This record gives sequence, structure tokens and C-alpha cells, in this order.
Amino acid sequence: MTTTPQSLIRLTAAQMAAKLAAGEITSVELTQAHLDRIAAVDDTINAFLHVNAGQALETAAGVDKLRAAGGTEAESLHPLAGVPIAIKDLIVTKGQPTTAGSKMLQGWMSPYDATVIEKIRAARLPILGKTNLDEFAMGSSTEHSAFGPTRNPWDTGRIPGGSGGGSAAAVAAFEAPLALGTDTGGSIRQPGAVTGTVGTKPTYGSVSRYGAIAMASSLDQIGPVARTVEDAALLHELIGGHDPRDSTSLPEQVPAFAEFAANHDVAGLRIGVIKQLQGEGYQAGVLARFQEALDTLREAGAEIVEVDCPSFDYAVGSYYLIMPSEASSNLARYDGVRYGARVLPEGGPLTIERVMGATRAAGFGDEVKRRIILGTYALSAGYYDAYYGSAQKVRTLIQRDFDAAFEAADVLISPTSPTVAFPLGEKLDDPMAMYLNDVTTIPANLAGVPGISVPGGLSEGLPVGIQFLAPARQDARVYHAAGALEKLLNDAAESPLWAQIPALVPAAGAGPDASRPAAAAPAFTPEVGGAK
Amino acid sequence: MTATVTEPQPLTFDQALESYEPVLGFEVHVELNTVTKMFSSAPNAFGDEPNTNVNEVCLGLPGTLPVVNGKAVESAIKLGLALNCQIAPYCRFARKQYFYPDLPKNWQTSQYDEPIAFDGFIDVELDDGEIFRVEIERAHMEEDAGKLTHAGASGRIQGADYSLVDYNRTGVPLIEIVTKPITGAGERAPELARAYVSAIRDVVKALDISEAKMERGNVRCDANVSLMPKGASEFGTRSETKNVNSMRAVEHAVHYEIRRHAGVLAAGGSIVQETRHWQETTRTTSSGRPKSEADDYRYFPEPDLVPITVTEEWVETLRAELPEPPAERRRRLRETWGYSDAEFRDVIAAGLLDAIEGTVKQGASPAVARKWWMGEISRLANARDLDPAGLGVQPATIVELNGLIEAGKINDKIARQVLEHHVDGEGTPAEIVAARRLEVVSDDGALSAAVEKAMAENPDVVEKVKGGKLKAIGALIGPVMKETRGQADAGKVRQIVLEKLGVEG
Repeated sequence: MTTTPQSLIRLTAAQMAAKLAAGEITSVELTQAHLDRIAAVDDTINAFLHVNAGQALETAAGVDKLRAAGGTEAESLHPLAGVPIAIKDLIVTKGQPTTAGSKMLQGWMSPYDATVIEKIRAARLPILGKTNLDEFAMGSSTEHSAFGPTRNPWDTGRIPGGSGGGSAAAVAAFEAPLALGTDTGGSIRQPGAVTGTVGTKPTYGSVSRYGAIAMASSLDQIGPVARTVEDAALLHELIGGHDPRDSTSLPEQVPAFAEFAANHDVAGLRIGVIKQLQGEGYQAGVLARFQEALDTLREAGAEIVEVDCPSFDYAVGSYYLIMPSEASSNLARYDGVRYGARVLPEGGPLTIERVMGATRAAGFGDEVKRRIILGTYALSAGYYDAYYGSAQKVRTLIQRDFDAAFEAADVLISPTSPTVAFPLGEKLDDPMAMYLNDVTTIPANLAGVPGISVPGGLSEGLPVGIQFLAPARQDARVYHAAGALEKLLNDAAESPLWAQIPALVPAAGAGPDASRPAAAAPAFTPEVGGAK
Repeated sequence: MTATVTEPQPLTFDQALESYEPVLGFEVHVELNTVTKMFSSAPNAFGDEPNTNVNEVCLGLPGTLPVVNGKAVESAIKLGLALNCQIAPYCRFARKQYFYPDLPKNWQTSQYDEPIAFDGFIDVELDDGEIFRVEIERAHMEEDAGKLTHAGASGRIQGADYSLVDYNRTGVPLIEIVTKPITGAGERAPELARAYVSAIRDVVKALDISEAKMERGNVRCDANVSLMPKGASEFGTRSETKNVNSMRAVEHAVHYEIRRHAGVLAAGGSIVQETRHWQETTRTTSSGRPKSEADDYRYFPEPDLVPITVTEEWVETLRAELPEPPAERRRRLRETWGYSDAEFRDVIAAGLLDAIEGTVKQGASPAVARKWWMGEISRLANARDLDPAGLGVQPATIVELNGLIEAGKINDKIARQVLEHHVDGEGTPAEIVAARRLEVVSDDGALSAAVEKAMAENPDVVEKVKGGKLKAIGALIGPVMKETRGQADAGKVRQIVLEKLGVEG
């Protein structure tokens, strides 16, 4: 097949890597194609907060030069060398701004790279730029970004999920084949579900958190965002592994996840349907796709069982005490004293307390303040036992539910999100509704177990995600199960879901920015039966 | 907040003790001498350019994570063992949260309800040798804060023109040792306070886990004082005098606080629970921040660190490495060396216990070792404004020097010169004696000639000696010593003169 820029960006990362290795394309071509795509569509999508064109092309040229020279250096290149990647702007990068989606860090440049960034640089993946997110990763819609919402490429009037809406939308809109996200309560998986992409939350501790700006330390985890399970597995292999700079990092070597993703045989695989994660509150279309996924897996030989996880009913309540408690502490450092925003109070004496107060009042958005207040309250003397202490007990009970469930099943399955992407603004004034959207994804974070979201078809033209969960350190199982379901559904539909995305139609009020060229926008046509 | 309430005059110390029983409590912070900081790889060093011994972790930059310094944990276990504490098999760090610009994260990583060491004691020796047992509540690990300098008249953060912060000290490993309430010290409470801090300093020095220099803040003491009426058992309200940084000041601070409390209580007032600042110039304390049980640090377990597990094997390995407890060692050395109490106290005060012990181990007698270290070496050090132990003189050098004297090669006076040349870097005593030709002249021929010469030049003296006036002989010995540049043995010269004159000595 001929490779035009438009077709290049629709390849999977694995296919891009193969073409680079075979010398069919150069990394500069590939990187430029993505930069052009960003220039064409990102005024509409707003997935990127910063585009890193110069550095990305430099890295790409370096890879091309090594490949052209041949020899051992070319042979020892990482398989993904030259495949571009986008980074959630919660992960610190030297030479590019890191904002965490907050005015508090606008213009701040990290003097150090996150461990995952070091690995990505060492493997020579051109970094396209930094992607949008809810401020400090607090949200499920990317509407809480201080720099405007990201739009869902499937329907630009809808949210792309959150907090990692930027990374998911970038990958769905072919602005990047790969991206990094972070998942504290579903911030990789839920955006994956509503944008028809794949996202993994690894086992807690299996990917270093060093350099991921902390929201809730005991829940945060960096993970891969991609269009296919194989691509997610390849990226997970690259970023995983022990890091002496992260005390919570696990000592194990990274398994070959991509091999598990390529094993499509589910005969005898025991898949547990979580009783508590279905039914009321789930859209009919979501439940229909979920039932189809179960039927498909059963037909392929999997054993579908039901598991009871009664404590999951308390997961959201527990999560919304632990997460804000840790966040209130982690965000205390943003006080205007050392870096980031500094706001001087108006009138009155210029004391340190008042400068800290004015800075935090102006620098943080409402959702961040809401969680800081909640967490500060939960940790206060006299309330600690009732709130933080009780929440930790629930956490233990949830872990026990998982332990019991994994006695009966090899992996667990649920819809990734109770709903498809909702319209922008719909839940912005109803924090409780927004929080309940995470009911399916939160238990995995509380227990530290791995989870993946894989496309499960469409409901009313919008993607539905299917979530697989596995025991801690058994990330390979979610790649196996998700890889198999992906293959079965693609075969049935004769196309991957992501290839069915409609052409990008700018939403009302989301017109292209006059300062950036819109003329280069290529037609956005589905490639039915394409890239596989 | 600090209204100008005039406190009643403090009572005299004796008056205070007539009516009240003091209760003490100490929080001593010990800075460890690890190479790197408590949770980061930044250097742990004193006195460098501000904000140079820092990295992204101890500056608390976004995204950074702490990693526990294993050496610091080892130091904490050793200190716990030396203080006869239980060592927790499992403990955690916690975040102690408050906003202050010397804390880059706006929390201090410390231990809260799970200290690594607890329930111990230390036997403190008072000036007269009496032993007072102080119970230890806990010893826990934490990180130091940065150093703030406030420009402006107040010298405090309130009202400062501006403040400068040096984060070099941020994250330096600390162990905080907390005593249980100490009762029964009575009038010796101030002395006990000094002796306790001194004993803690001795222990950490013996363990070699801290530089233990109080003037540098390596060892810092917060002294809690309260009074209760004699015979009562319920403690009064306490004050906490912060950062009293010399042993003498600790004694004075406790002395003053006892008098101040007594003054307030005797006037029918009540003590405000607060921190106090020690004023060295006036030897008084001044009111600081009110401290109440309502202080809410919102402690919670540090989620970025995994719990510390201390195995029994590890504890036993470290226990086996513990040095002899300083108090026991002192008792043993004093008995073996046979010094008087005064002599021994002077040695301790001069910080020369190790040096003298080393010199004795190398073969010198305790008396000789003491004579050199407390005498000439101390004098030379004093002239150079150095500690005697810091002068660079090795025990072996003293043994060598003393050997030269005993072999009759040099006399005491020459030996002192040799030592000075040694301190100036001229080599070993033997090398200096050879190079400077300082060896005592015992060659009879050379001495004989010098004596002949002196007799020829002083015939009147010769006559006097011959006439039995032996006292005059000095007038002949002097010129001989001069001729031999002082290297002759004066006794020997006298003997030769007498022989030559045929006079019985």
C-alpha cells in the first residue's frame, strides 16, 4: 500500500515500528505527519497544551541517521524507536513546560525528567508534546483544565473523558499513535472507553511514579494509551520496571506483555462478571455492548462466572475520602514561595500567609479547591478516624473482595464506564454525578490491581469501553483477555472500532484558531477494513 | 497576641524549690552525619553556599518522591539500642503538615505514632558522680527544615523586611529523642538538664552517628519545664524553651524557667502553655508561640514510602557493633589510669579522653600521656586557636617522643621544641632531632673539651669550687650548656667538672 501522510497516521504503533525498521518510512516523515495532523485538527480537539515540534523532529532525525548508518547501534534501537508519542501534561519533562493543567504551574519548566520520560528518550521516541487534562488530574471530563476543555473526536460536542482526555483524544484523532496517561481513579481507562481507544492502568508500583505530579500517591499510576491492545502492551513494556527513585516501585522485571496480547485463545479462561458493576445507573446501550462482549467471549470458549464484590458499593465513598486527603497534602507545596504562580494580595500587609493564600486562591480552580477542602477536613484531628481511617478499612475490604473474586476467576470484566461520552457542560455543576461516573474504575485503584479498557463497540454512534481487571502483578492477563476480545470484535465488525471514527466536524464555537493554519486539514475519512 | 502583660518577678531559685517540685522533659534533635540526606541523594554537608546542597527531591519539586536513607535507619536503631529502647519491628513515616517557607513541601516527613525506638532509659552522671536514670519515651526519625534568615528589626518572620531561605539543611536526617516526664531531680534539675544533654551528646559521638557539635546545631535541645506544689502528683502546665544550643544554656534555661514559673504561680497566676525563646544575653526566656493541644498537623501515614521492617537479625548485628557506653567507659578508664577526680574531669572537659586512651594503648603510661596532652599539646593548640584533639598530633608521636626522652637522647625542654616543630610539619620526632641536630651531647670528649674551655675562662670560679663552694659550680655548667647549644646533659657536665677538679660531689 502506498503511504501518504494520511494513511501513515492511521497505522498502529506496531505497524509504524515495522515500517521504520524495514526502512519503508523515516521517523521524520512519520513525526511530521503527526505534527501536520495536530496543526490541522487540534484547534478543534484541543488535545495538546504544548507542541514540541523542534525536539520531536530532532529525535526523529537522530533515529533515521542511526538506522541509515546501520551496524550495531541501529540493531540495538528499541523496537518503538522513531514512533512518536504524546505525554499527559502531569508528567514532568525537561525542555518543555509542565502545567498539570493548572494556572498554578503555567510557565513552569521542570529541571528534571520523569523516569518514564528518561526511558522514552533512551528508546528515542519523538515526544510530540504535552496533552490536556483536568487540573492536577482532578476530573472525569477534562473540562476542569485551566486551558479549556478537550473535545471528543467522535463528537466534538462531547467530553473525551478525564482526567486524561487530552491523551485519549490525541490518540483517537490520529494526532499521536501512543500517549502516556495517569490513572488515579480511572483517568486512563474512562477516557479510553469514551474515545474508542485502549488504556491500561498497570499494577500499582509496576511503572515508576517518579516525575508524575502527585494527586493521590497511593492511587496514582502512569500507564499507556494507544489504539490497540498490542500497542498499549508494547508501550507498557517500555515504561515498566523497577525504579530505585520510587520506594513503592515493584522489583519485578517487566513481562513481554505484547506476547500475551497476541495470544487470542480464551478457551477455559475464567472471566468473572462483577455483580456490583452493572444494572442501575448504566446506560442500556452500554449494557447491550457489554452483554455482546460476554457472549462473544463465551462463544470463543471462555467460562463466564459471576463474582460478588459487596464492598465495591462503598468504593466511591472511600475513594472520595482517601484521594482528597492525599491530594490536599500533595498540593500543599504550591504556595508561591519557590516556583510557579505567585499572586500578591490586594491591600493590607504583604505577609507570607497572605501571599500563600492569594496564590492558592487565584492559582487553583474550583474542583481542586473542593478536593483540598474535603481532604483537609477528612484529615483533621477528631475526624481522621471517622473519615480517613474508615476509608482505609473499606479499602482493605475491597482488596479482600478482589482476592475472593480472583479465586473464582482469572480476570474480571465490567463496562469501563456506566455511560458513553456525555455532552460538554452536562455534569460540570454536579460534582456528585461526575464522581459517580468513576464507580467502575475506582475499585482497581483502591486495590492496586491492573485494569484495561478496550473498545466494545458503539452505542448511538459513541464508543463503549469494556474493562478487564486482573490480580496485582498479573497485568499480562488483562492484555491477554483484552487482546482476545479486541480480535474477536474486530473480526466480527471487519474493522477496528477506531477506524470507524467519523470525519472531524468542528463543534459550534470550536472553530479553528485564526493564528494556526487550518488549510492543511486533510479529509478525515474512515478506512474501513484498513490498517490490520 | 503577646499583650504587654507584666509577669510577676521570678522568685529566687531557693525560694522556688522551697514550695515547688520541678518536672522536666526534653526533646533533643540529633542531626546525623550521613553522606546524603534523609530522603534524597543531595549531600548532607554544613557550611556550604546557600541552596547548593539541594536537588529536586529535597526541594519538593512537583513529581518527586522520597527514598529512605538506609544508613540513617541504621543510625536510629543504634541510637535506640544505646538508649536501651525497644526497636519496632515495623514502623512508618507520617506527614506532619503545616505551611511554613522553610518546608518545601509544606509538610515535614516524620514519625508520628510509630517511632522506630521506644521505652528506653539513659543513666546520667551528675557532677558528683551520682547516677540519675532518665526514662526515654521514644526516638524517631524525621527530616530537618531549611534555615530562614529574617531581615529587619524584628529578626522574626512577622515584621521582617524580607526573609531568605537556605534549603541546604532541608532533609538532613534527624533523630528526635523524647524523654518521659522527669521528676525527683529537685534542686539538681538544672544540673541534670545539662548532664542529660551532655550524656546524649556523648552517646551519639561514641556511636559516630553525628558530628554532635551543639554550636552548629547538630544537637539541639527543647527543654520542657513545669512545677507542681511539693508533695503533689499532678503535673503543672509546662513551657517549652526551644533550641537551647549549648549545655550551659540548657542548665541556665531550666534554672530560669523554674524561677519564672514559681514567680507566676506564687503570685496566684497560671502558666501559659507556650514555646519560649532562650535569650543568651540576659539569660532569660521570652514568650513565643502559644502551643495548645489544638495544634492540628493533620498527620497521616506517608503514602510515598513503604513501611520500614527491622528484622531481629539486623538489630542483633547492630547491637554487636555498639561501642562501650560512654559512662561505663569513663568509669573504667578513670579507675585504670588512677587520675584524681579533678584531673579526670579536666581531661573530659578538654575532650582528650580518646587521645589519651590511644596514647596509653600505644605504650605510654597514663601519667605521661596526660602530661603531654594536657600540657604542651594543649598549650600549642591554644596558641593556634584549635582543639587539642584537632591539632593533628597522633598518639604514636607522643609515644615516640617519650621514648627519645627515656633513652636520654633529648631532654624535656628539647622534646617540647621537637613537638612544636612536628606540629609545624617538620616530620617525626626522630627526623626532627636528626635534622636539627638536637640530640643530647653525651660524648665525653666533646663535653670534656667544653668543660676545659669553661674552666680556663673562669679561673676564679674554679678556685671557689676547689675551695669547697659547690654552689658556684653552676657558673661553669652554664657556659658548657651554652657551648653545646643546650644539648648537653647538665648532670653529666657537673659530674665531669667535679672529676676534673678532683672534688667529691
